Amino acid sequence: MSTRRRRTQGGVTYDDVTGTLRERTVEAMRDPGLAANLRTAGTAWADQREVMDHDYGFEAMRDRAREIRRSNIRDMPALLTELQHNVRANGGTVVRAADAAEACRYIVGLARARGAHTVAKSKSMATEEIKLNDALEDAGLEVVETDLGEWILQLANEHPAHIIAPAIHLNKEQVAELFRQESDGEVPDDREGLVAHARTRLREKFAQAEIGISGVNLAVANTGTVCIVENEGNARLVTSQPRIHVAVMGMERVVANWDEAAHILQVLPMAAIGYDAANYVNLISGPRREGEADGPEEFHLVIIDGGRGALRGSEFEEALACIRCGACLYSCPMWRTVGGQAYGSPYSGPIGAVITPLLEGPSSEGSRDLPFMSTLCGACGDACPVGIPLQDLLVKARERSRSPEKTKAGWAFRLWSLMWRRGITYRFTIAVWRLGLRMRGKDGWVRRLPGPGAEWTRVRDMPSRWPPRR
Amino acid sequence: MRTCLSDAIAPKVWKATRRALERAGVDVKVPRGQTCCGQPAWNSGHPDQARAVARHTIKVFAGPEEVVVPSGSCAGMVIHSYPELFKGEPDEAEALDLAARTIEFTQFLAKHDLNPRAKPCGAVTVHDSCHMLRMLGDDTSARAALDLVPGLEVREMANTDQCCGFGGTFALNYPELSGRLGDQKAHDAMNSGAPEVVACDLGCLMHIAGRAHRTGIPIRARHISEVLGS
Repeated sequence: MSTRRRRTQGGVTYDDVTGTLRERTVEAMRDPGLAANLRTAGTAWADQREVMDHDYGFEAMRDRAREIRRSNIRDMPALLTELQHNVRANGGTVVRAADAAEACRYIVGLARARGAHTVAKSKSMATEEIKLNDALEDAGLEVVETDLGEWILQLANEHPAHIIAPAIHLNKEQVAELFRQESDGEVPDDREGLVAHARTRLREKFAQAEIGISGVNLAVANTGTVCIVENEGNARLVTSQPRIHVAVMGMERVVANWDEAAHILQVLPMAAIGYDAANYVNLISGPRREGEADGPEEFHLVIIDGGRGALRGSEFEEALACIRCGACLYSCPMWRTVGGQAYGSPYSGPIGAVITPLLEGPSSEGSRDLPFMSTLCGACGDACPVGIPLQDLLVKARERSRSPEKTKAGWAFRLWSLMWRRGITYRFTIAVWRLGLRMRGKDGWVRRLPGPGAEWTRVRDMPSRWPPRR
Repeated sequence: MRTCLSDAIAPKVWKATRRALERAGVDVKVPRGQTCCGQPAWNSGHPDQARAVARHTIKVFAGPEEVVVPSGSCAGMVIHSYPELFKGEPDEAEALDLAARTIEFTQFLAKHDLNPRAKPCGAVTVHDSCHMLRMLGDDTSARAALDLVPGLEVREMANTDQCCGFGGTFALNYPELSGRLGDQKAHDAMNSGAPEVVACDLGCLMHIAGRAHRTGIPIRARHISEVLGS
């Protein structure tokens, strides 16, 4: 390795992902099962979203959600101070971590200090981002994912394919096979049977865990409460059964008060799954108090910056408004074709293509190409429940990217710009191009173009006559 | 505005646009010195190169007239992205002025209630190009214009609002993925039962037709101007 200077901030992308992004998209498209699974999921989501739109007037709800999140970002430093103060007043511990390493260090240190052996986790993208499982396992702890999808991925040794539906790319036959391998025995084939099997296996783990680790959907500053939205009830167990509860959040999860939280908590499941409520909303304000029957003895809230703070006031600021619903993924034709795995980062789809390079730095090999894997069709921006102009941010993310391919294209665009800023040189290049088309064309089509055009004719022909012949 | 893509692969498209407009009674000028709106560079993350070309376009189209563009994508670039591209630049006012005067071809017809008196035509299916649909927020103008064509029947395809996978330089950077999306679009178009797909953007059509020809899907493609200016 040469001594390249890289300004990455903890490494959001996965280290074990191989090949270029383009190779990974090709690989993903080879799997017919994946395409079918994604299509089913995407269609189901779109149908439900239409129902929500009809029943609730999603547009108006989005406007309000956007206003709320914008003010949250504007007031973030003060809100975080308030949150910190109130969580402490409730008897909890607050840790502000500048980056992934700091966050992991704290949590591993806590586990060691308390003599823990087993950690039960509920779904958390923030812990995916900081690669907390690796850190805990390196320290000799057993980590059990208790969200059904995350547990499946843990068994499959795979990364989440979707922000809220991590195992969406697998079907029930594939899941049954994984369960069979894990339990070394008979596993039912039907959906309900599989869920029941997972429930039994996971309950055993809950009983052992000394520490429960959860994510945070929203943190309410003026009461010091964290909200955890889920559909399976596992987060409720994770946050109440073990002796210690650690909640991990990106700093931008904070909202000012319950008025705001109530609105976002309503918009979130509508956007995410197309239903007007999630099964469980857990509201946690600190550890068990005197006289209370249950709850953990200790509550720790880890608030991660990880590159987010620097985005405030930048042209990417609006990306901080994201409530991690995954709607932009379902709406994206690219994501729906290749799935989340191909992105090589926990955050996939349009929002992942915007924020991953922001959190990692513009030169990061793992993420600098992500913004280019988009047709900029804008379906993501339309789907976003907090009105993030994702297609505009993708364009800006391309501007910021420092990939070798982009540098190479930069020279072509310099030449292009010189030729096309004058009518006469423009007409010359057009004439040369048209002459070339005529010369190479046969029956109205060019089947192979030279230079950069070769990528065009790799998968399609170029009409040399218009309207094109059949 | 002729658009560079029309110049490069289908001059018939801008000529048909002019014909349709003139038949509807519009006084049309086609400035000779025009080149490109600059979108290829802008969308590829090279705003400086885009601005140099866009600046030329602003100069060529100076004046009080409305600027009609037979492309939702180029119109979207001028209307939606020029304000951003020229923010804080010395010619920001001129850029905003052009953005305010620019309009996509079928939107222009709808706005001024114009009928290009097209020749009769059979069944077609409409692909909603992304920039027309989502950047300009319009899924009605093209259909309204086609309604004026005698005998024409629009047979809607499934997923008409789904991207065809062209995406400008995306088509060159991720050809396999782009092609897969093109397949879906070509199949949906074919399954509509219409023999021909029309759209307001040549880029989509060049991609859909090229992919359909390569894979043997029997669907023709024509720009909406060619239908209206026939």
